[in-house]
Amino acid sequence: MATISTETLTLAYNGHDVLREVDLRARQGEILALVGPNGVGKTTLLRALARQMRPRHGAVMVDGQDAWQLSVREAARQVGLVPQQADGDWPLSVEEVVALGRMAHRGWFLPLSRQDKHVIRKTLSQTELYDLRNRPVTTLSGGERQRMLIARALVQEPRILLLDEPTANLDLRYQGMVLTLVQKLTHEQLLSVIMSIHDLNLAALYADRMMLLAEGRILAEGSVDEVLTEGNLLQAYGVPVVVARHPVYNVPLVAPALPVVEKERQE
Amino acid sequence: MSRTRVSLVFITFITLLLISLVLSLGMGAVAIPPAQVLAVLFHHTDPSLSGATVAIVWDLRLARTLLALVIGAGLAASGSAYQAIFRNPLADPYIIGASGGAALGATLAIILNINAVMPAAFAGALLAVAIVYLIAQAGGQVSAFNLVLAGAALSTLLSAAVSLLMFLGDRDLHEMFAWLLGGLSGRSWPQMDITAPLVILGIALLWGMSRPLDALTFGEETAQSLGLNLFWARTLLVTAATLTTAAAVASAGIIGFVGLLAPHIARHLVGGAHARQTPMSALVGGLLLVLADDLARTMMAPLELPVGVLTALLGAPFFLWLLKRGEPWPR
Repeated sequence: MATISTETLTLAYNGHDVLREVDLRARQGEILALVGPNGVGKTTLLRALARQMRPRHGAVMVDGQDAWQLSVREAARQVGLVPQQADGDWPLSVEEVVALGRMAHRGWFLPLSRQDKHVIRKTLSQTELYDLRNRPVTTLSGGERQRMLIARALVQEPRILLLDEPTANLDLRYQGMVLTLVQKLTHEQLLSVIMSIHDLNLAALYADRMMLLAEGRILAEGSVDEVLTEGNLLQAYGVPVVVARHPVYNVPLVAPALPVVEKERQE
Repeated sequence: MSRTRVSLVFITFITLLLISLVLSLGMGAVAIPPAQVLAVLFHHTDPSLSGATVAIVWDLRLARTLLALVIGAGLAASGSAYQAIFRNPLADPYIIGASGGAALGATLAIILNINAVMPAAFAGALLAVAIVYLIAQAGGQVSAFNLVLAGAALSTLLSAAVSLLMFLGDRDLHEMFAWLLGGLSGRSWPQMDITAPLVILGIALLWGMSRPLDALTFGEETAQSLGLNLFWARTLLVTAATLTTAAAVASAGIIGFVGLLAPHIARHLVGGAHARQTPMSALVGGLLLVLADDLARTMMAPLELPVGVLTALLGAPFFLWLLKRGEPWPR
């Protein structure tokens, strides 16, 4: 079983606990969405899972083994990360960026093998980047860039995929495109996926399970229906919401119920 | 970037470099036409050539021209690497203090009469880079401006230290000053024999580590998530780039801005993948310095300008332009 899990994980910045005693477990072929208010520690948790910060207490386990016992390269073959921040303006082509994911297998010096090239080509096709492979990354749109970062992580052939706000800064069309791709890959390649995501309605559409973080801990966890309740959301975000049903997919649909000045009706 | 285009660019620059080498060997107080230069180079036992011509080309000019090539290539390749390691388009061996550190180390060795100019230059450069890196990193990410400020401050300190040493030491001030300004005047085979192997080794190491360099352009956290061991990558890359810089500085003093200018030109020509960028930077840097040295020798003949003055006149405005254009890498 290729999974990533945490055991009583406590994470701290500058001596202050950000998250306490988090127990989390990703399952194969499932997307686990991390939701919660700004600054609650979603990115911090992902960074800890990606071994970019050491836990204060507890452990991150990959396949039941402490992640910090793995070498950097072993870890990169198990866990792929799609970071949130827009990457730099270095003039590489799409294919060159994606190919860097093979460093986890090929190391620093060895030239790419036939197998490496096959994986790269296959992934470029899967993410619909094959025709763009020679384009400089500096000319990509937001959605294309996000697909490229997903492709780079997939080329590592990880069994666990972490995504930090994969839809941030994307418009409606690209949001759907990117999340549909993630969903398809999750099911086809039986990846264990954990993604942080701001938009509760997108999370409801694409996630298999959900974890709501608030006040430095897990407030609710379970299916989308179990987590996205008016009570949970009021407690987490401090604002009243209405939870309706999605007219097409019958998943929860969250709308704010803030006091608003009634708009003048146009008769 | 198509393969054909990249090959064409490389062939063009290699050709330009060969032509500039031949022209450069013919330039000077005694002008020698290119055809004769070629004859001397390839048939120097030919009895129809005058012994003086052979001596001028082989003993006086060849070593200096090759040294210009090697030093330009070395500074450019290490500048290219520093730019990726620090994720900073303004990095260059001179800007980040590596050259200043090497100069201080070398000056110390010369004044104290220790027969270890190269190791002293290397140690000085490594120390300077480490200090600048630590200062610029304070507060998390290395920002472009922090790096430049730290480098400038440290360079000022280092050059003040060198001036003080020169003042206190009983060496010929004028000679030392010219060395410090960066020049190839009077350099010949002894410098070439020490500098060339080290620079070639350094460039080869940097070229070999193209993949880690590419990964580092995405920032340290991303590079690590791709499977790069940051500690070893940074250690080996900084060592290789600094070794190259120190080898160049120990022979020719401080020659600034070649390491800034050349990688930018190279990146523009063949893209940012280091497997191509490193050799292209070296080619452009070598060509630039050979041409700059030709100018330095002939512009005010018989007076020779220090070539470092020329590269600064050429490079500093470019640096200011880059600075004004803003940080291409955010944060």
